[in-house]
Amino acid sequence: MLEIKCPYCGKRSQNEFSYGGDASVKRPPLGKEISDKDWDDFVYFRKNPRGNHSELWHHIAGCRQWFKVLRSTVTHEIFKTAKINEDL
Amino acid sequence: MFQNFRLDKKVGYINRDKKISFSFNGKKYFGYEGDTLASALLANGVHLVGRSFKYHRPRGFIAAGVDEPNAHVQLYSGAKTEPNAVATTVELVEGLVAKSQNCWPSVSFDFGEINNLLNKFFPAGFYYKTFMWPKSFWHKIYEPIIRKAAGLGIAPLKPDPERYEHKFEYCDILVVGSGPSGLASALAAAKNGAKIILAEDKPRFGGSLLTDEVTIGNKKGKEWADETILQLQSMPNVIVKNRSQVFGYYDHNMMVMCERIKDHIEKPDKFTPRQKLWYIRAKEVIISTGSIERPLVFGNNDRPGVMLASAAKEYMKVYGVLVGKKPIIFTNNDSGYDTAIEFKKNGIDPLIIDIRKSSESSIVNEAKSLDISIKFSHGVVNAKGHLKVKSATIGKLNIDKTGYENFEDVNCDCICVSGNWTPTVHLSSQSGNKLKFDDKINAFIPNQSRQNESTIGSASGSYLLNENLEQGFKKGYDLSKKITKNDLKTAAPISNEKSYGEQDKFWCMPLPNNKNYKRCVDFQNDVYVSDIELAVREGFRSIEHVKRYTTLGMATDQGRTSNLNGLQLVSNIEKKIVPEVGHTTFRPPYTPVTIGAIVGREVGKHYRPTRKSPMHSWHENNNSVFVDAGLWLRPRYYKQDNETLADAAKREANNVRNNVGICDVTSLGKIDIKGPDSAEFLNRIYTNAWLKLSIGKARYGVMLREDGIVLDDGTTTRISENHYHMTTTTAQAANVLTHLEYYLQVVWPELSVNVLSTTEQWAGVALAGPNSRNLLSQLFPKTDTSNEGIPFMGYKKADLFGVPARIFRISFSGELAYEINVESGYGVFMWEKIMQLGKETNIEPYGTEALSTLRIEMGHVAGSEIDGRVIPSDLSLDGMLSKKKDFIGKRSLNREAFINPNREKIVGVVPLDKKTMIPEGSHLVTDNKASLPNPKLGHISASCWSVEYNNPFSLAILKDGKKKIGEKLYALSPLKNKSIPVEIVSSHYVDPKGKRVRS
Repeated sequence: MLEIKCPYCGKRSQNEFSYGGDASVKRPPLGKEISDKDWDDFVYFRKNPRGNHSELWHHIAGCRQWFKVLRSTVTHEIFKTAKINEDL
Repeated sequence: MFQNFRLDKKVGYINRDKKISFSFNGKKYFGYEGDTLASALLANGVHLVGRSFKYHRPRGFIAAGVDEPNAHVQLYSGAKTEPNAVATTVELVEGLVAKSQNCWPSVSFDFGEINNLLNKFFPAGFYYKTFMWPKSFWHKIYEPIIRKAAGLGIAPLKPDPERYEHKFEYCDILVVGSGPSGLASALAAAKNGAKIILAEDKPRFGGSLLTDEVTIGNKKGKEWADETILQLQSMPNVIVKNRSQVFGYYDHNMMVMCERIKDHIEKPDKFTPRQKLWYIRAKEVIISTGSIERPLVFGNNDRPGVMLASAAKEYMKVYGVLVGKKPIIFTNNDSGYDTAIEFKKNGIDPLIIDIRKSSESSIVNEAKSLDISIKFSHGVVNAKGHLKVKSATIGKLNIDKTGYENFEDVNCDCICVSGNWTPTVHLSSQSGNKLKFDDKINAFIPNQSRQNESTIGSASGSYLLNENLEQGFKKGYDLSKKITKNDLKTAAPISNEKSYGEQDKFWCMPLPNNKNYKRCVDFQNDVYVSDIELAVREGFRSIEHVKRYTTLGMATDQGRTSNLNGLQLVSNIEKKIVPEVGHTTFRPPYTPVTIGAIVGREVGKHYRPTRKSPMHSWHENNNSVFVDAGLWLRPRYYKQDNETLADAAKREANNVRNNVGICDVTSLGKIDIKGPDSAEFLNRIYTNAWLKLSIGKARYGVMLREDGIVLDDGTTTRISENHYHMTTTTAQAANVLTHLEYYLQVVWPELSVNVLSTTEQWAGVALAGPNSRNLLSQLFPKTDTSNEGIPFMGYKKADLFGVPARIFRISFSGELAYEINVESGYGVFMWEKIMQLGKETNIEPYGTEALSTLRIEMGHVAGSEIDGRVIPSDLSLDGMLSKKKDFIGKRSLNREAFINPNREKIVGVVPLDKKTMIPEGSHLVTDNKASLPNPKLGHISASCWSVEYNNPFSLAILKDGKKKIGEKLYALSPLKNKSIPVEIVSSHYVDPKGKRVRS
């Protein structure tokens, strides 16, 4: 079980959190023309890196804030966590 | 019965003043307090405890602790029975009942042993070879036979009556193992102010100090251990736990430990948990788990009476038990001599068979001076005797140890083997530490730590006491200093032990010419030298493949005694060195853990929380039959007399259509939305337009996922300028809140909006039926409840006899209807008031079954249609899609598959006979006689008995559905064996124009 440092609450066990996917994915702005391919890339395609991965987590059984985590998918080491408006 | 093998003199740490009686295989024995089941049986001369897994060979005790691969027994009977209990770790308690496993009719005469005679037919991988043909035999013949033969003990059939608990704990340093290194590091770290947990799996602390003749700080090792434990127990920053097995090393230093609390207590308190599972998050972990002696491999080395030399010593020194009176010590190193000397001290003459040519270490000289006979350059070739060792064939090894110069038979009643030591690296390996091979000790040791883990003492391959103490004190000081920043250093005391010489790495005795002895490598899984040779001959090269083909090192034993011997055998055959062959993966748990401990208190109804509405007690008192709706318990119907579910649903639904009904809708998700950008936010989340909703009005909305699939639907009401009240379905309430939070926090942080779940703050009821307005006017006499006062989709704050209430004119039933919310604490007051005033208008409560009936015949969609596969147009919700604005998921609706006109769409279905209910899940087909697989056109999503038309009615999702209205199809349910001719109709079966809700 991972130990994740919520930027608002501090270190807590993984069972308080839920995983929210790749943090580097940006939703295309509403109302903007977008090609089928770019839209499919946004909706369906994700990288699956072996190594460092910036991802979103939700402190779902805690403060209910979404935040960013830089984690190694190989070792599970968590290098840094940050609020949504901060850089990892 | 007299204990023939218990030493008379008061050696050992058992309590000879307290006799304990127990039974084994139906026979009564006694032992003493402090015995294990194994030590008590050995004291009574019982060696035969079970039968091996595959060949049903007789088996006895090999070890004295968790490393025991053989001695699995079934404890007790009935609900309390426990299979596969390891006799060497079961503490003796008054009335203990144990019996042998995997044998019939008895352990001494077992029919299954025929497998041993037929062993030519059961080599490694015989499953894969034997049961392949004929294919038709698998289901009826092979599988039942294999199932019967599989496993050892018998699982209990009744629920576990015991109580188990979970505990979460945090510490600076967790020390696993209380041998000299563990005690040293715990003491040094504790004195330096660190918060310590010291865990020992055995009942007694001290590890090797319990059995080794050493001194520490001018005291006997055991005394030093006892004093150190007392000192640690007196410190407020230290938790000391015995009977506690740390069995798993998980990510981020999460350690899991199982503490045995109850089984060894004769009269436990009623509420004492049997075991407690500890989740320990440690800043640093010190692994001082010691090492396990390795068996030597020779002919019939699995006969009862063949055991580890260190175990024989432990039985003498801890329990005062002789494992035999005519022992052979068979060794390739000096530590076997400790056992021989211990036998000699207790008046028994051992014979030492030493593979080495000679040794001049001090311990060998001590043995010589005690007149112990030693045969160098010899080995045990074969153990004779069936249910117990009776003699051994000894051979003088030739110069290159490929054969023998001569043989002789020696009588004996036990053979104590010592093939040197294997560090217990399981936890280190689980932590991600890539092990390395240490040529000097011929075993794997931990290498580079990946987590905050340090392995010390003999678990790290270091066997010198003074070095291990130095290392322990230093590691404890260093790690505690890093954490506490304190600088109190504790010096290691001076220690003395015997000096040991070099080992001979030779461990597997060759077969004499024309002999085909079974030489066992893995005792638990019945893997022999010949099996591993066969696997390699058949082309299995990777050690992981050899493991799976032969089952070497699998199951509960996890290769504790067999792993290295197996690896060495493979490397010998392949003429490689062991590090090239590598090792298999060590996985948690290190020792078996009861399912009960893993489950803890999350049993039955405690598995997950039960959510109840504030009016729950009223429902209970009024014959409600409840149904699970997610975590919620909701009234399904209110039973009158002997009526069935179907009758009750009809009665309740009819009363809504004709009079007025009341339904508890508290479980609907409610989300409070506040902030100046709330309207803009709703406009982006919902598919329809929200910018112009006026205060005091509600609107129906549908929200999509980014991939265009419908996520949920519900109504949202504008309470005031910047305040909205959203409702969701019961099932999706939590997901919708997460969805909203995601967009507000991650995607559009610039929107000034806050969302908050208020589901449990409001008690909600639906008041539905033609009489509902009349009743409403009585409930709220001061409020204008007319069609103009509260129009369809209108909202009003009102006063319910002094209680603030919210009235929403929304309808799920399709009738004139209102939903009333009051603060939860007033829920029962509201309900009872409504029931009281509603008497005149014939009010009746209705449950979820009637609720479903009402919505199905109206064609309102719910979870059975919004099933994660449909887009809005599939549900005839095209009108809900704004063409003027963008919203979440809109772009996906242009995808090719979603604009296909042949998509499955919602329709209504009526059976032609107007009688037969169509089972939900039935497939719609054109030809009910077509050969399988019959092409499916759609499926029935929900069925009810239409109270409006008094015949069955269903909703279905049907391919090209709108064009099929009026067509005749078949609804097929192979599950219920039904084929029903049906007609396709509009999904809006009742009041398609929606006049009633506006009336």
